[in-house]
Order: sequence, then C-alpha cells, then structure tokens
Amino acid sequence: MAVKTRRYSGRDVTVLVIGLGVAVIVNVGLIWGPTLASIGLSATDWGGIGPIEWVGGQNYHDLAAEYPPFWSAIRNNVLWLGFLGLIATPFGLFCAVLLDRRLRLSRFYQSALYMPVVLSLAVVGFIAQLVYSSDYGVLNAVTGLTVDWLGDSSINIWVVMVAAAWRHVGYVMIIYLAGLKAVDPALKEAAAIDGANERQAFFRVVFPTLRPINVIVLVITVIEALRAFDIVYAINKGRNGLELLSVLVTENIVGEASRIGFGSAIAVVLLVISLGFIVTYLSQLFREEGR
Amino acid sequence: MTLTAPPAAPPAESQRSPSRRPVRPLRILLHVFLVLVALGWLVPLALAVYASLRPYEETARLGYFSLPEHLTLDYYGEAWSQAELPRYYLNTLIIVIPGVLITLFMASFTAFAIARLRIPGRKTLLIVFTAGNLLPPQVLITPLYTLYTLIPLPAWLSDSQSLYDSYLGLILIHVAFQFGFCVFVMANFMRTIPEEISEAALVDGAGVWKRYWRLTLPLCRPVLAALSTLQFTWMYNDFLWALVLMSSGDKLPVTSALNNLRGQFFTDYNLLAAGSVLVALPTLIVFQLLHKQFVAGLTLGSTKG
Repeated sequence: MAVKTRRYSGRDVTVLVIGLGVAVIVNVGLIWGPTLASIGLSATDWGGIGPIEWVGGQNYHDLAAEYPPFWSAIRNNVLWLGFLGLIATPFGLFCAVLLDRRLRLSRFYQSALYMPVVLSLAVVGFIAQLVYSSDYGVLNAVTGLTVDWLGDSSINIWVVMVAAAWRHVGYVMIIYLAGLKAVDPALKEAAAIDGANERQAFFRVVFPTLRPINVIVLVITVIEALRAFDIVYAINKGRNGLELLSVLVTENIVGEASRIGFGSAIAVVLLVISLGFIVTYLSQLFREEGR
Repeated sequence: MTLTAPPAAPPAESQRSPSRRPVRPLRILLHVFLVLVALGWLVPLALAVYASLRPYEETARLGYFSLPEHLTLDYYGEAWSQAELPRYYLNTLIIVIPGVLITLFMASFTAFAIARLRIPGRKTLLIVFTAGNLLPPQVLITPLYTLYTLIPLPAWLSDSQSLYDSYLGLILIHVAFQFGFCVFVMANFMRTIPEEISEAALVDGAGVWKRYWRLTLPLCRPVLAALSTLQFTWMYNDFLWALVLMSSGDKLPVTSALNNLRGQFFTDYNLLAAGSVLVALPTLIVFQLLHKQFVAGLTLGSTKG
C-alpha cells in the first residue's frame, strides 16, 4: 500500500476543490444547515413571518403537557418500530432462509415478495384502502365483519402497520437472501458433520456470520419506522389514531396555522431519537472498516 | 419452526434431478406455505388492477370482492385524460432524470476522492455524508421550507421567483438527500478496484480528473447501473418533498398528483385504482426489465466487495 504521495498539480487542486466544494455546500446547505436551524428554531415561537422571539424550552413543555397528539405519535412510532423489528423483519429473514434452499419456483416467490418494494408508500396506502375499507373493502367482504378498519382509532394503526410490513418484508428478505448466498457452504457442511440439525446450524453457525447484515437491516428498520409518513398521510393525513411524529412536524408547518417553532421542537425529538441509532450504526461501520 | 426441512440430503440424492426426488411431506408443507405467502403479497396488487377494470356503480352495489358483470378500460382513459396524467409524468421526468444524473455524477466524484486519493479529513466527510442520508426528512424540513422561500431564482427558472415551488428546488433536495447513500456505496466499491491501475496512470502523468473520468468511472458501470435503477425508483416514489416544497398543483410529480384524483365530495375509488396502477407501472416495468440491477442495488452495501 506504499503509494508515494505525489504533489497535486494546480489543475488537480482546482478540480478537487470544485468537486468536493460543491458536494459539501449542497450537503451542508440543504441537509445539515437546516437540521441545526431546526434546533435553533425549536426554542422560538416563530410563525413563519414577523419577528422571531426566543421562548427557551417552552415549546418542549407545551409538547409534553398540552399537545395530546404528541404522545399518540410517540406511542405509534414505538409500535411501528416494534412491529417492523419484531414481526416483519424476522418474517423476512424466515422467508429468506426458506428461499435460500434450491427450490422450484423460488424466483416466483421472491418476485412476489419484493414486488411491493418498488411501489410508493402513497400507492400502498391507497391499496390498503381497497382492502380495509369498511363498506366495500375486501377484508370485510370475505370475513363478513363490519369493522371500520381504517376509521376506528383503536385498531387502525395495526392495520396500517400490516400494510407497511407488506413492503418491508420483501426488502428485508432480499437483503438477507444476498447475505445467505455469501455464506461459505463449507460452514454448513461442517456443522452438519458435527451433528447439528438445521435449526442449530442456522442459529449457531450461519446467523452469527450474518452480523454485518443484521446491523444494516436493523438500521433500515429503525430509519423506516421513524420516516414513516406517506402511507398514513395518503390514508387520512395522519389523524384519528394514525398520528406519527413525522406527520405532526409536517402538519405544523404546511397547515393553515404555521407554527414553525413548535413544529421544529417535534423535529428535534425525532432528531434525537434518530441520531442515537445513526451514531451507533456509523461507529460500528467505521470500526469494522478500520480493522 | 415446523417448516425446517430435514438436514441436508446425502450427496447421491442431491445430484439427482429435483423432479425425481421423493416427495416429502415437509417439502409440500414448505411449498404450501410459500404459495400462501406469495398470494398474500400479490392479492392486494391484483385487487387494485381488478377494481380499476370495473364500473364504480357495480362495485358500489356488490363490493370490490365480487364477480364482475362488466369489465372496462374506461377508467384508464379517464385517469389518463381527465387527471392529466401525461403532464404529471412529464413533471416527474423533469425532476427525476436530472436528479439521478447529478446525484450519480457528484457522488461518484466525491467517492473517488474519498476512496482513491489521500485528502485530509476524508473519513469525516464520508461520515457526514452518510449520516445525512439517514436523517428523517422531517428533521430538516421546516428551515428548508423557509430557506426555499428566501432563495431568489430568475423568473424563467421559477414562476414563484424563488426556489420554493420550482422544479430546481425539488431536484436539489433529491440530490442533497440521496447523495450520501451513493457516496457510501461507491466509495466501498472503488476501494475494491486494484490500486495498480491508478498507479500506472500516475506514472503516465494523468491528473485527478483523468483518473476519475477515464479510469475509475468506466470500471464502476455495474454499481452505476444498480444505483441508477434504485435512485430512479426512490425519487419517482417521493411524496413528501413535493408535498412540502411545491404549491402549484400542475407542477407536482405523478406520485403526489395521485391525490388530485380524489374528488372533493366523492371519491371514485375505481378511478383512483386505475390512477394508482398507472402511477405504479413505470417502477414495476423498471423492476421487471432491470431486475438484476434492482436487486443488486438493494443489496449494495449489505455485502461488502
């Protein structure tokens, strides 16, 4: 690896400064700058126009004490994370394990499972309405029930999470499938020779080698759960039981009442939760790379 | 866990063709399970197509899950013309094509500089870019919205004379947001390109640009193909940015325009179904045609090298 560091010519330096400079400006100007500004704005009562007044932690206090949708949103985001992480992701892994063996029709099963991945969540939200609608939805037609799946605020979050999982499972499945294909077959053979049954071989031998993939899937799951937005917005604009942090932020800035300071405070809560995961993921990633 | 099949068959058996393998109950169970799952995954899609082919009056009377009396393609024609879908498709193309190209161009150069050159702070750069891609969009959306209304643009670029409500604004945010992911994936890929290629060029006196454009980029074709299918799908499916950063209905990309098919007083779900199918069609076609690249893109970065 002993490449001699050569001096860059003047032209090289210009190319580098322009190329990287534009990248940094775009990234900082449109991503990190606004993110930091959110933190600043969350301590003001700005309404979008007029003077900005500093209110300190007032927004956070109001958020926790006087804004019921906030706690519904926190609860729903946690449910969303739990549902994807504990049910959809393991199910995707399970399907990947089943499809990893040489099966006839394996390609068909795979395509069916990840077809929804290419659909927008807005379209998924619409399809969910066809399935769950109370008076003409398929679910009630088949089961004979008369449940208002999307309108009843005590159950609609579950129903929507199933729709979101419909898309998530395929995504997870394909990533695990790629990972499983990369596992050295000799490992499985060795485990079989040692008398491990298939389940033991998977949990004790194969699964531990999938660790880098597990980390990636975990991050995808968390990020998807925190970003969830389109699907509930397409269904009922994220109201009446479908509150999510992301929806509350959007509501507070594009709604009629433009409460930018307040909306920013919700965004900061979202930021703090995500940063926890982002930092963990990145430090893991770059530690492994350093090895 | 009843579905785990018995341990690997002895070699003699596995060499036989699958059709002559003895039928085992567990294997049948496995297929039954997979068929059920596949059906569960396909039925909602089939349902949308089915609904789009039947008159509203009929489904209103009989429900969506009923045998058809008439089948018609009228809703497709209606969605196409009445909802002005061609115009929205065009809007999407105006946003997505430059979006993908600029993202890949910027990301590939940045990845090249980070992975192949010894510039100070390259690791920090990579971390900042990658982390930026992981942020939920809502975290930055409020100031971004304000910023967009404050940045002036000449009238020929934007009717509103600001970045807000302009195609350029949407392109820029897509580039900024997706670029981190592409840098990360491409930098990983470029590290696997043998160092010697670059060294030989260095001896010949090739500059930074030449080594990037003529030597490195052509070797990145598989990654570029995978990333462009993936980026196309993601930008095409975007809903949030257009919702927040656009106000003129006629400039919306096709995914967000879907909402326009909802009537003010009454929604014809069959029409909406036809619209959804039309909106979903391009990504489904890309997925079918570029199946390999698409899967490669999804799994990029999950298996190194």
